[in-house]
Amino acid sequence: MKILTAPHMERCIGCHSCALACARLVHKRLSWETAGIRIHSTGGLSSGFAAIRCLACLEAPCVDACPTGAMAQRKGGGVIYRKKLCIQCGECAAACPVEGILQDRDGSIYVCIQCGQCVDFCPHDCLVMRDPETVTPGEVIG
Amino acid sequence: MTNDFFRVLEVNLSTGQSRLHQIDGRTTAIGGSGLAALLFSRFGRVDLSWREEEQPFILTIGPLTGAFPLMSKTVAAFKSPYHDQYTESHAGGRSALALKFAGLDALVLIGRAKTLSSLEIGSRSIAIKDVAFMQGMDAYAAGKLLRRTSKGGSGHRSILRIGPAGEIGSAMACINADTYRHFGRLGGGAVLGNKNIKGIIIQGDGGFELPSDNGYKKLFAKVYSQVTGTKMMQKYHSLGTPANMQSLDDLQSLPWRNLQQSSDPEGIQGINGQRFADDALLRNGACSGCPVGCIHIGYVREKFSEDNRYIYRQVAYDYEPLFSCGSMLGITDAFAVLNVMDVFEKVSLDSMSGGVALAWATEALERGIISEKETVVPLAFGDAEGYRQAAHLLGTGANAFYLLLGQGTLAAARQYGGEDFACVLGQEMAGYATGELFFAAQSLGFRHSHLDTGGYSYDQKHAERDVEKATAFLLDDEPGRCLLTSMVSCLFARSVYTPEVLADCLSSLGFDAVATDLDVSGERIRRHRWQLRFASGFVPEEVVLPKRYYKVNTWKGAIDGQYLDALRREYGRRLCAFAAPDTPADEG
Repeated sequence: MKILTAPHMERCIGCHSCALACARLVHKRLSWETAGIRIHSTGGLSSGFAAIRCLACLEAPCVDACPTGAMAQRKGGGVIYRKKLCIQCGECAAACPVEGILQDRDGSIYVCIQCGQCVDFCPHDCLVMRDPETVTPGEVIG
Repeated sequence: MTNDFFRVLEVNLSTGQSRLHQIDGRTTAIGGSGLAALLFSRFGRVDLSWREEEQPFILTIGPLTGAFPLMSKTVAAFKSPYHDQYTESHAGGRSALALKFAGLDALVLIGRAKTLSSLEIGSRSIAIKDVAFMQGMDAYAAGKLLRRTSKGGSGHRSILRIGPAGEIGSAMACINADTYRHFGRLGGGAVLGNKNIKGIIIQGDGGFELPSDNGYKKLFAKVYSQVTGTKMMQKYHSLGTPANMQSLDDLQSLPWRNLQQSSDPEGIQGINGQRFADDALLRNGACSGCPVGCIHIGYVREKFSEDNRYIYRQVAYDYEPLFSCGSMLGITDAFAVLNVMDVFEKVSLDSMSGGVALAWATEALERGIISEKETVVPLAFGDAEGYRQAAHLLGTGANAFYLLLGQGTLAAARQYGGEDFACVLGQEMAGYATGELFFAAQSLGFRHSHLDTGGYSYDQKHAERDVEKATAFLLDDEPGRCLLTSMVSCLFARSVYTPEVLADCLSSLGFDAVATDLDVSGERIRRHRWQLRFASGFVPEEVVLPKRYYKVNTWKGAIDGQYLDALRREYGRRLCAFAAPDTPADEG
């Protein structure tokens, strides 16, 4: 099972096309925030961008933190999120050390499901779906 | 997401109170340009000076903002400090999507803050803060401080700010939008300065449900593939608009040295689009929601110590500032051009107007009409260092001469002389010495912008002199552009967003009523904008066309003065038909 990597974030132009695609296609929303991948500037527009998202941990701390089993470990890295089991406590978001999980003001949880639908909307090929065994840590972050 | 009404936030800076309005009119005003005219009619006064504190500063977006590619621009509307008439200025960046995600179709500022202030809004927040410590601060420094003092939202907010030019009331003061874009023309920066607003931070911290059916998703994918797969993408993505530098010089249509020449085959080699891409291009950027990424960012570096110590800054460049700070000033080195632009960025002056104004000042100095007593520093075509200093003096209103020049080149020329060679077409010219139709079109256009109509394009394709046909082209071209600026689309996408595609996009989001009769809507919005312009004092016959424009040589040969005058008379006459509310637009 492939995972989403961002090996070429130096190329990012800040168009938000990936985040808007995730919000639109996965979550049926129009938003910068309610998406599994979110683009933030790293200190103003002159200093580049970072893709804030789940880094596909093999032993994800959010899974341990989840009291109801809504977050389950995904084979190959990342998590499977089951909304029906979620009580919106936000423990998963708090446990993620890279702010990969977003909880919106209504309590809903947004996390990358490693589906790769965002990849095709990046005009500079910053994002790549990869087999986890071929990925070095630096390539995950970009 | 789809509402039949507009959600408008009115912020009264005098009282600190805000009101959220639900305003009807979506099917007729649509958004963007149409909504701005609707809101100015409601909140503004055509008969009062732009300086009156009750006059509004309006930001609007459209029904397609963020929902489709390149629907990424914001319309600012205000009574212009340049001519005290109603106008619009448009900018990309993040403000359009930020407003959308803040849940607003428009932001209206009225009143005047008691001290220099910032305004921060989000989907659940409004705050006016005293920022008196930012007085006189340049746009770069102001951006950094506003980022630091505003909590959260990095990358998901828009920061608009002014520099010293806006604070002193320069009619050329722009509003910097997210560092690399601008509400550039006709003095929006002075409007904010007059309201004591140094910066506006818009947090895009909300979102909307999208239609659950597949129609919208499929249409998005289709439009996305069109905008990224066509020549349009290549044109704006590769060299970008700076490609025009070479092509217009080849056509003898690039203004050089205050329009004393229209071509310099040798000089253009140092400042054409390829030269910038090869030597000075650092990276690209994009407006939020646009995969084209047309923003070209170059760099300047400055040696501050003999021990090879440097600082560097990033400067976004497009065709227009390259013309105004390059060929118009006779500068033929790419980095020297960026260095001049860098100063205009800091003081937050519209670099198009500022460059053209300094070109006039240079010729006036050469002719002895003014002296260094006025200019403070020596100005000579090609001398970038002099222009860097002069740009700062102009942006800070360093003396009476620069204060007056900041009110417009013709304002200075009327006092000092030299009206004949002031390169002004309603406002300082855009970079198209393409011929008679463009000169007529910009001098009489709604925004005095090259984007009001395609006159510059017509000139490049038509050598015949047919007043009726040329005027009809301008009149026929305008409503479609009004439609696009009501959605609010980047005009680079005008070949993709035909009225049919726009109708499909609107319907896919549930705006079925808006989607019908778009041609009629475009015409209605065009007329409403012009009504406000005329009501606020526009008289076509009073727009001066300096003699310099009658002496230009283009690829078609010498300008035909009689043809130019005939075009201006006829275009002005036809525009007057829009002055009265009930006059049919197509009446001759």
